[in-house]
Amino acid sequence: MKNQIKIFIILGGLLLFYFVPLESFSFRNPLFEALAMLNMYAREHVIFSLIPAFLIAGAIYQFLDQNAVLKYLGAKTNKVLAYFVASISGSVLTVCSCTVLPLFSGIYKKGAGLGPAIAFLYSGPAINVLAIILTARVLGWQLGLARAIGAVIFSIIIGLCMHFIFLSEEKERQSNGELQFGISKSDPDGRTGLQNLLYFLSMIGFMVFANWAKPQAGDQSLWALIFQYKWHLAIAFVLLFIYILVNWFQQQEITPWLESSWSFTQQILPLLFLGIFFAGLLLGRPGEEGFIPSRFIATLVGGNSLSANFFASIVGAFMYFATLTEIPILQGLIGSGMGQGPALALLLAGPALSLPNMLVIRSVVGTKKTLVYITLVVIMATISGMVYGNIIN
Amino acid sequence: MKIEILGMGCPKCKKLTQNVQQATKELGVEAEIIKIENLDRITEYGVIMTPALVINGEVISPGKVLSVEEIKKAINSLIS
Repeated sequence: MKNQIKIFIILGGLLLFYFVPLESFSFRNPLFEALAMLNMYAREHVIFSLIPAFLIAGAIYQFLDQNAVLKYLGAKTNKVLAYFVASISGSVLTVCSCTVLPLFSGIYKKGAGLGPAIAFLYSGPAINVLAIILTARVLGWQLGLARAIGAVIFSIIIGLCMHFIFLSEEKERQSNGELQFGISKSDPDGRTGLQNLLYFLSMIGFMVFANWAKPQAGDQSLWALIFQYKWHLAIAFVLLFIYILVNWFQQQEITPWLESSWSFTQQILPLLFLGIFFAGLLLGRPGEEGFIPSRFIATLVGGNSLSANFFASIVGAFMYFATLTEIPILQGLIGSGMGQGPALALLLAGPALSLPNMLVIRSVVGTKKTLVYITLVVIMATISGMVYGNIIN
Repeated sequence: MKIEILGMGCPKCKKLTQNVQQATKELGVEAEIIKIENLDRITEYGVIMTPALVINGEVISPGKVLSVEEIKKAINSLIS
């Protein structure tokens, strides 16, 4: 039996290599596109966006006191405040789904309850700092901003809907027990809030100016003036950053910061580049063809129709995206003719939900609530896609 | 002594497990080291930031990868 399988595999492999259509353009071009896409990311996005973004994510993890945020998600918190904090706390708390789910389960079972837990679950993956930076850089700042704002607003709406739909159950269910918040991080150096703020600003400043987009020809505004001096400004921020590190930080703080940046990098970068490769292979760079023909994409999710937005939401809800891979995939899709509205719909529904993630959510809140949640996400993503598509056009 | 590490399998949880193993080896204490990846059981401890270190049923550090030295300190303070 074993041998038969081996023979089968070897024969199959030989046949595949014998008949591989090497000369065919429609076979060679997608392979070329996959490499070209990797090339584009490695040249344009690694040094000036990904590396600073990972350093900022590491700094947030290491130097911001997460408990200052978490304590507002406990059972005794004012409910209005809990929704608000839950909707924005993703920006300082999470990077991957393995940290989102314990937070979700804890907030639901022992903390502020169903509504805030859902709000957190929905907005978390969309507003973490890495996602915002890379979305704005690759897909344009409008879509980056729309994604962040859309995620926060809709997370509150969906959370409230869930709360009111299951109001009677929520009233019966008493949150029991206490959440374990971490020990507050203390500053051994006693840096002031202002010093910490400057530290973050110096990194963000470098990134903003190093990526300053080229203005249109003939543009005489401030935008064009900044573009002319963008490297001067970016270097000024780097110098400020070095000054801050040397004078306000001790070695024993810098090492853990670099370690956590490194651990994010290890976790995210390999999958991201795999995603870029497949986006290039299947969809091609903007204006080029991959394995999937552009007209096919344009028919399904082009323009800003209800069906295009709905389709994008459904696909986004069920498909699994590893952290950040939604971005190159969307870049490929937009390049192949996807509309701006459906793009936002997919960005909103995509990272918040996936089939594996639904199964875990179901194990925490049960089948009925999970189904209602999925339905709400799809509806909200469709609506926000349509609204955004209309504004942009 | 029973040491539990709570976390759903992220790289930070593995790092913490390694540190715990090294700390117990260096101290020469007999300890049962268990990794807990089940979400319900993590929530039962009230832990929302993973990885977390639990010694003899008590949550020592939620949401932090303790260094080998810090783990040794925590174990020592429980023994004495």
